[in-house]
Formats: sequence, structure tokens, C-alpha cells
Amino acid sequence: MSFDVPDDRRYLESHEWALETDDDTVRVGISEFAQDELGDVVFVELPDEGDDLAQEAEFGVVESIKAVSDLYAPVGGEVVAINDDLFDAPELVNEDPFGEGWMLEIEPADPDDLEALLTADEYEEQIA
Amino acid sequence: MPLQTPPLRGLHDERGAKFTEFGGWDMPVEFDSIRTEHAAVRDGAGIFDVSHMGQLHVTGPDATELMQRLTSNDVSRLAVGDSQYATITDEDGVIIDDTVVYRLPDETEQPTYLFVPNAGTDEATHQRWIDYRNEWDLEATVDNRTDEYAMFAVQGPEAIELVDGVTEESVADLERFEARYATIEGVDCWTARTGYTGEDGVELIVPWAAAEEIWTAFDCQPCGLGARDTLRIEAGLLLSGQDFDPDDDPRTPYEAGIDFTVALDTEFVGRDALAEIEARGVEERLVGFRLIDRGVPRHGYDITNSEGRVVGTVTSGTMSPTLEQPIGLGYVPVEYAEPGTTLQVVVRGQSKKARVETTPFIDTV
Repeated sequence: MSFDVPDDRRYLESHEWALETDDDTVRVGISEFAQDELGDVVFVELPDEGDDLAQEAEFGVVESIKAVSDLYAPVGGEVVAINDDLFDAPELVNEDPFGEGWMLEIEPADPDDLEALLTADEYEEQIA
Repeated sequence: MPLQTPPLRGLHDERGAKFTEFGGWDMPVEFDSIRTEHAAVRDGAGIFDVSHMGQLHVTGPDATELMQRLTSNDVSRLAVGDSQYATITDEDGVIIDDTVVYRLPDETEQPTYLFVPNAGTDEATHQRWIDYRNEWDLEATVDNRTDEYAMFAVQGPEAIELVDGVTEESVADLERFEARYATIEGVDCWTARTGYTGEDGVELIVPWAAAEEIWTAFDCQPCGLGARDTLRIEAGLLLSGQDFDPDDDPRTPYEAGIDFTVALDTEFVGRDALAEIEARGVEERLVGFRLIDRGVPRHGYDITNSEGRVVGTVTSGTMSPTLEQPIGLGYVPVEYAEPGTTLQVVVRGQSKKARVETTPFIDTV
């Protein structure tokens, strides 16, 4: 089975993606591969807006029926938005992991954080 | 230790199943999604490969006595084609395992039984039967046939109709816990109206070599161990090694709420200890609960009372696909076991409000 790995964003080895937005924030979610491994997502725990995260710090938890998985911040900075649709509709993570299933937006403290992440090609190789 | 593989490992892989280690076996955990598979069983029919379950065969002049003295229920009540749920207890009345005992047609005119211990326990259970047989000087043959039989469960409100369309002889007249041989694709299959989902259906014990013909004779949703777990939790059914464990969480049938498996008027290992416990009453009991706050209860999480003191432990929990509510099972002191009692489950350091509920959580057969 092959999974979509859009090349407009970067990836963490722990399967989070990071996409630069037009507002210079970084939007974060988990990959299609990750949601498939988890199966039916039933619960997402996210930080509060205003929280500060270090790069690769744990920022929340995603739970499927069968598993609990920690979430890690691809870039450090302040949380400026969270996707609270996921509280009532966690299945969005399964249905549209790269779109409607996004989790949070971070205002990066250090723009170089993004450069340190895996490219789409590198991530695709990791999950192959 | 290498994992044991069920006969249809390759077929399931081709079908796109994901696998997990369970009781030393490499078993399909998910074919499509737990939600899809769970709903198929609640609304229609699904088929599970449960070939990881053990099969022990006991026959001989003293077969009934051996079974009676090593299981907690009353084996003498089983006529040919009957079955019963029972526990295997130690001298202290602690559950070592739970099992279903089937009385097969007599072989060489002797009473004959097949019982199904849980995955990975078949060798120890086989040895236990041999040791006690020798100690008690009983005449019975005990064979471990786990590697000779595959086992499938066809479950759901439409399961009986589906099975009846596949077997040569009708099986629709089987009563709950009744079993007989039925022919599928020319092969004798031990067909029992039993299951582990809370739904109607059958379990089939079939020769390993014929597993593929029999599995593919059923046109319904294949289901993995993931859905099997969510279905059995909704039905309030126990999982060996998780809701009781002789080493990590020793429990008696009374604590586990399966009093009906204990026939105190029979002689069996653990009987005297259980008679004493029954007279004295238990201190803790397994209860069902529902989380009122957002969160998912999981095995091992603490249960606290309203003052925040730890009073119990979650043994099983999930987000119920049918109820779309987080539910679970756990042991608490009897003063907290009354349905309606408010407790808390500690999820990653946060207390989530929970309410004790009667099980099963759903309507079952």
C-alpha cells in the first residue's frame, strides 16, 4: 500500500507534518501513513493557544480505538491556533490528514527549525 | 521465540490485514477498520479467524471426572452436543484461565470433550491435565490439538442465516451453547452456537488443512482482533490475561462477576476456597463504567473515588463504536460497585469523571 506524501511540506520521523502558511505560521498534523497505522481516531488532546513548545517537544496525544500515540512538535514556538473541530470530529484525522485533520499552528521561534526536518522524499523513503 | 502463524496468514495478508502479536500468535488485528468490522457484526455478520485459541481433546472412561475436577462448572450436566463456559481455578480459587467445554459425540464409546483455552495457554493447560490425571490415576487420553484445528467465529444478527446457507445440514435449530458436526465444502466442522461478541452466531472448529475452503465459503466482512475486543467489551465479556491474570491480577470468579461458572456442588480444584469466599463475600468486584468526561480508559489506569484516593484499576477500556462513548471494566471495592456510583479514571494525570454501569453495555443475545 502506498501513501500520499505531499511535497509542499516537511516531516518529522515521528510522522508529524509541518506546512508553512501564508501568515508565516507553521501548520501541523500527522501523515496519511500515521493515521492508517493508528486506525479509527477517537480522541485528540491538544495544547492551549499561547503555550510555548520546543522543537520535538510532546504537544499532545492522538488515540485510536486500539492505540495511544504521543504527538511531537516539528518546530518550536508559540501555539497560535488549534483545530478544535477535532474534539467533536476526531475522525477528520483519518478522513483528511493533510487538510481538515490539521492539529495546530505554531509561530516558529526559529525559522531554521523547518529546514532541519525531513523532505517529502526522505520521509517517503522512511515509510517505504 | 518465533510467532505461531494461523493457517490463513497468507490469505489475510493478501486481503490487506494488519497483524499483531497475541498470545504468541501472529494474528490479524484489522482488515478494513475496527469501526467498519464492529458495525458489520452488530448490524449484519462478520467472520473472525480465532485459530490462536487452544483446542484440547479429552477422551476415556474417566474423561468426565477429569474435566469435572479441573473446571469450575458442572461437566456432568453436559449431554453430547452441549457446551458450557467455565473457569480453570487453582487451589485458592484464583482463575488461571477461562474456557468453553464442548461435549463431543462419544469416541470408542467413551465420553469425549473438546475444550478451548486461551491463546498461548494450551501447552501449560495440557500439562496440567496430564499431571492431575496421573496424580489421580484416571483413565483418560489428553491431546493438545491446537495445531490441528483452525477456529472461525461467524457472528452477528444475520450469522445463523449465513451459516445455514453454507452448511449441508441445517444448523438454524441449534440452541445457544448447543453444537454438532455440520458439513461445509465436504468437511466435518464442529459448529457451536457460541461466541464472544454479544451477538448471535457460531464458532467453527475445523481441520487446519481445510481452513481456506471453509473461510472462503463465507461471504461476509472479515474481522480482526481489534473489533473482537471492542465487541466483547461492549458485551461485558472478560479477556483472560487482561481482566484477570493469575500472576499480575489474581481474581476469583466471584470477583470477576462470573459466579454462574462455579458449581460448588461439584468437586474441583479450588472448590473449597471458593465455597469459603462465597460464604464470606468478596471485597472487590469487576464493574462496568462509562466515562462522562472526554477521554479513553485503558488497561492499567487508576480508578479513584471522589476524594481522589486510588480505589481500583481499569482492566479493559475503549471508545465504544456502538455507543460512541468511552467505556471500560475494572475492579473496585464493593462499596463502589453499585450502578450509578460516581468514580474517576486517571488519564495521563487528569481525573475524568466516570459512572458505574450494569454490563453488558448493549443488548445482547
